[in-house]
Amino acid sequence: MTPRPSTFAVPWLLAGPGALFFVGLVLLPLALTVILSFHAYDYSTGIQNTFTLSHYVAVVTDGYYLEIFARTLRIAALTTLICAAIGVPEAYILSRMRDPWRSIFLLVIIGPLLVSVVVRTFGWSMLLGSQGLVNQALQLLGFPPVRILYTETAIVVALVHVMLPFMVIPVWTALQKLDPMVEAAAWTLGASHFTALRRVVMPQATLGMLSGSLIVFGLSASAFAVPALLGGRRLKMAATLVYDEYLQELNWPLGATIAIIVLAANLCIMLAYNRMVEARARRTLG
Amino acid sequence: MAFLSLERVSKEFGTFTAVCDVDLAIEKGEFVSLLGPSGCGKTTTLQMIAGLVEPTKGRISLDGRDITHEKPNRRGLGVVFQSYALFPHMTVAQNVAFGLEMRRIPQAERTERVREALALVQLSAFADRYPRQLSGGQRQRVAIARALVIAPPVLLLDEPLSNLDAKLREEMQFELRRIQRKVGTTTIMVTHDQAEALSISDRVVVMESGRMTQVDAPYRLYEQPSNAFISSFVGKTNLLAGTWRRGGASSGAEIGGVLLETPAPEIADGTPVTLSIRPEKILLCDAGAGRLDGRVASRFFLGSQWLFTVETPLGIMTVSIPNHGEEPPAEGSPVGLDWSPANLRVIADNAAAA
Repeated sequence: MTPRPSTFAVPWLLAGPGALFFVGLVLLPLALTVILSFHAYDYSTGIQNTFTLSHYVAVVTDGYYLEIFARTLRIAALTTLICAAIGVPEAYILSRMRDPWRSIFLLVIIGPLLVSVVVRTFGWSMLLGSQGLVNQALQLLGFPPVRILYTETAIVVALVHVMLPFMVIPVWTALQKLDPMVEAAAWTLGASHFTALRRVVMPQATLGMLSGSLIVFGLSASAFAVPALLGGRRLKMAATLVYDEYLQELNWPLGATIAIIVLAANLCIMLAYNRMVEARARRTLG
Repeated sequence: MAFLSLERVSKEFGTFTAVCDVDLAIEKGEFVSLLGPSGCGKTTTLQMIAGLVEPTKGRISLDGRDITHEKPNRRGLGVVFQSYALFPHMTVAQNVAFGLEMRRIPQAERTERVREALALVQLSAFADRYPRQLSGGQRQRVAIARALVIAPPVLLLDEPLSNLDAKLREEMQFELRRIQRKVGTTTIMVTHDQAEALSISDRVVVMESGRMTQVDAPYRLYEQPSNAFISSFVGKTNLLAGTWRRGGASSGAEIGGVLLETPAPEIADGTPVTLSIRPEKILLCDAGAGRLDGRVASRFFLGSQWLFTVETPLGIMTVSIPNHGEEPPAEGSPVGLDWSPANLRVIADNAAAA
């Protein structure tokens, strides 16, 4: 007979390593960052051992930071929207493909993730630069050159490129679970292909779209390499701002404050979105 | 001109021929079953009628109109899928209303027709449930209501009962027939279950590896199967291979030195033939009193009947006798087998070999 205490301990022992990992690598640094954000800072003497709310007040009242936050949200939201617009049809086409094409295209879709983010982003900066391929092509066609590099457009383009797989894969997984005959049933009842997609197929992929857009939004809002390389020195996003506060200004508490505010804002938006969409989907899809 | 007709319809997938030269004419109001083992092309045939699979060759016409290449959403046929294919994110009422919505039926009429359709399948109380909250049988009835509410000229059923348990399947068979009688819709059902096909259809189409091999009323199909495959696929049977002997007064098949008398069409002396006799057409009697003697090898009690396997000089024979409430011969005991020669059927041997 196994003694009772040890059976009681089994779940704890099994969950232990994972929990320790989580505490050590996520909760602890996060807690330290929160504490750091309340430390006072002096430019001549560094971090003080006194506590203050002044960083939070400074960030919330300064238009400079607010503008960067707004830009971060705007870029993340736009990237999510474009990823959904491209990724959902892409996932549908993928789910209707047969092997070997499906495997090949799946690889093509995941492709961007296999290349280092820095290399990929430099690639984009070469394409989008003032003498890049895009501008050369425009000039050949008789258009005036446009400034793309170091604009929000460049950031969104590069973000969409890397985020697309995070949208395609959850939606594809959701579509895989669908009975293909359900779509056929809609046709036999008189629905056109488009109506069947809109009324029958897409509503069932809602949960996939939800998780896809949450991943894309979260990753885009905290993206660092893409805005750092394609946004230039002026066009900052939240992550590059935090980097600058830490490594250029050496004002760690202010950097920590910004990081915490971004995290809180991100969490609020994602939870609200999740609640809104998931509640509706769960009610009907069960 | 039949209401729905298939003329030399074939479907090839690459080099594989799924359906080959199917010719079928179905009258208005008929209930026709496509019966066959899995992979015989029956579902492909149904999907070609529904418009979900395009025929490689041939012509399908409905009420004089060629629909061979028409899109499924223009045909207006009602289809009940094997998986039911209900819309999981819509309520029962929304599922049923979908087809009417696509036809732009005004709201008031739509509500009324949905109510009628749900009443027909006895699901009025479940209008606001989601499919996942229903049992298998209820889902199936929703699928039927959804297909019938658009008043289709033809109702197509793809293995409609195969996902139900035995008892429910039997109930739904009669339910299906009741509904079909009531609305009078021409119905085509695909099934691999011969009992299902025999019990509710007006005509049964037997399909074997892509071809139609017999089209007949259930009773005639059972009594006069055109080949050995059908006679063993539709019901149980005993198949005996022998040689045809023509005598003066009696002609019959010689099997293992025994001449079995059969009234049969003109067959040349010495032709190899296959005989078929149904288990329920054989009677058990005392040893020596029948046409053939044997010994009971095993017996199975099926409630309403007993199923015997009897060892005879001609091989193992299956016999079924109704349960008369008395203990029948025990295992190992000698018995005689008797039958009326008219029930011993000759199956053309070329068909049996195919």
